[in-house]
Amino acid sequence: MADNTKTRELTCIVCPRGCNLTVKYEGKNVLSVEGNICPRGEKYAEDEVICPRRTVTSTVKTEDGGVVAVKTRETIEKEKMFECMEKINSVVASLPVKIGDVILSDVCGTDIIATQNRG
Amino acid sequence: MLTKELVIIGGGPAGMSAAIAAYEDGIRDLLIIERDDSLGGILQQCIHNGFGLHRFGEELTGPEYAWRYEKRVRELNIPVMLSTMVLDITEDKVVTATNSSEGIFQIKAKAIILAMGCRERPKGALNIAGHRPSGIYSAGMAQKLVNMKGFMPGKNVVILGSGDIGLIMARRMTLEGAKVHAVCELMPYSGGLARNIEQCLNDFDIPLKLSHTVVNIHGKERLEGVTIAKVDERRRPVEGTEEFIACDTLLLSVGLIPENELTKSAGVTLDRVTGGALVDQNRQTEIEGIFSCGNVLHVHDLVDYVSEEAEIAGRGAAAYIRGELVPTKNTTIKTDGKIRYTVPERITSDGDVSVYFRVSDVFRDKKVTVRSGDTIIYQKKHLKLAPGEMECVKLTADKLRGANELVFGLED
Ligand SMILES: Cc1cc2nc3c(=O)[nH]c(=O)nc-3n(C[C@H](O)[C@H](O)[C@H](O)COP(=O)(O)OP(=O)(O)OC[C@H]3O[C@@H](n4cnc5c(N)ncnc54)[C@H](O)[C@@H]3O)c2cc1C
Ligand code: SF4
Repeated sequence: MADNTKTRELTCIVCPRGCNLTVKYEGKNVLSVEGNICPRGEKYAEDEVICPRRTVTSTVKTEDGGVVAVKTRETIEKEKMFECMEKINSVVASLPVKIGDVILSDVCGTDIIATQNRG
Repeated sequence: MLTKELVIIGGGPAGMSAAIAAYEDGIRDLLIIERDDSLGGILQQCIHNGFGLHRFGEELTGPEYAWRYEKRVRELNIPVMLSTMVLDITEDKVVTATNSSEGIFQIKAKAIILAMGCRERPKGALNIAGHRPSGIYSAGMAQKLVNMKGFMPGKNVVILGSGDIGLIMARRMTLEGAKVHAVCELMPYSGGLARNIEQCLNDFDIPLKLSHTVVNIHGKERLEGVTIAKVDERRRPVEGTEEFIACDTLLLSVGLIPENELTKSAGVTLDRVTGGALVDQNRQTEIEGIFSCGNVLHVHDLVDYVSEEAEIAGRGAAAYIRGELVPTKNTTIKTDGKIRYTVPERITSDGDVSVYFRVSDVFRDKKVTVRSGDTIIYQKKHLKLAPGEMECVKLTADKLRGANELVFGLED
């Protein structure tokens, strides 16, 4: 029987430690992850070979002409980063804004929330 | 003259963590002085995520991380003076500061914690031919413009230097619709974190050109392009490898230096390698009662470490104020050159000590070794060590007992 096991070397991006990960997988089936210091690395490696996901951070214009920092509450599909940016750049937030406020809901399967207090 | 038990200079993550630690250790007569109109320091402009995972078990952005500390500072009612700039400090701990409501004033402190952070290397120091048209920014300045003012400096970008701020800005400007044509790095390795190469460059197919530099800047009024070239082992441009890239923006990400003008004016000795003060395990400088932590001490890439170090300084200052910080020994720490520097550089009492260090080059399969005389008191194998990543070694009290001098090195 042919062995379809593939191996990929990855750099975990979840935290600045940047562990070197080795993932063994067959199709969409992850067989093993090595090199991670914590469980988040394992989750990252699994996602990365099946469907890569990213957090998007950016800014949204505020009604006073300034900006407020925002992020996607959860990670979104990596492919949808630019679609997400388009939505982020299409709104103007009214003030005041508090950390955690939802600025836009239901964008690429998650919410855009404020990461700064403004106003 | 106004008096305070403890004055903390700088209200970034280092200053806030130090203040909280000192307060929780019993110090009530304290003050944070910050020149900006809000707390948080440089984290206010670092809107990307990845901060605090190990500290809070959550992935936070820079402003969210800073807010955790600001909230605590407010809960504890720690006094803060905003929009106030410290102009001078003296050896006997007189702080001279200024703001618009009080003019110039002085505070006599029992202890001072320096937490002024770092700044970017000036771009004037750059040795590139051509004019200096508009469109050339330091990466940190661009970060401030984009993230705090909502202003995009340009559409076609080249970045010189692969430090983290440059990498982060490559992604940020790409997401905002700019085309980043290349990141050029003079050295054969990147100065940034591996994760940032991955998620800021590889995710967007931005080429990282190692051993490359900008040799010419084109354009008189506005930048029109740059010429880049490969460099040899001695970092000299190789003839015939020049390549022109049309661009309207050049970002310089050429490194950070601790902001130590005040430290020098107090007469504190600075380390030639780190640009920060020489300190002991409590982060006390050579002047008793003056402490230093965060990026003003040495440039950190992980804010979690900044907070950790600042808490050590905060507790150290509290102990000093109570008269409990009495040196009982003087163990100096030396390095072999492969390890570029350590913090602290000396140990003045018994107890466990965490020593932070950086290496001078990329090394593979080396053992980090700590020797006390002929005895190896610590050894650990590393598959890879890089200058961009700070490492930490925990030395236990029993191993340190009786040591006069420790030597940190890399061995086979
Ligand atoms: C441009 C830039 C971008 C960075 N980006 C990142 C990043 O993306 N991720 C990361 O982990 N790290 C980043 N860093 C490193 C970052 O500085 C540290 O992670 C962390 O913020 C350091 O904390 P700190 O408190 O030591 O310094 P800072 O955050 O710089 O705080 C120092 C504070 O001291 C104040 N101050 C200075 N001098 C005086 C004075 N004379 N009187 C009164 N107040 C004074 C300043 O206004 C400032 O608020 C960046 C650094 C710079 C310079
Ligand atoms: S595996 Fe864990 S420790 Fe390692 S980089 Fe990923 S999140 Fe950080």
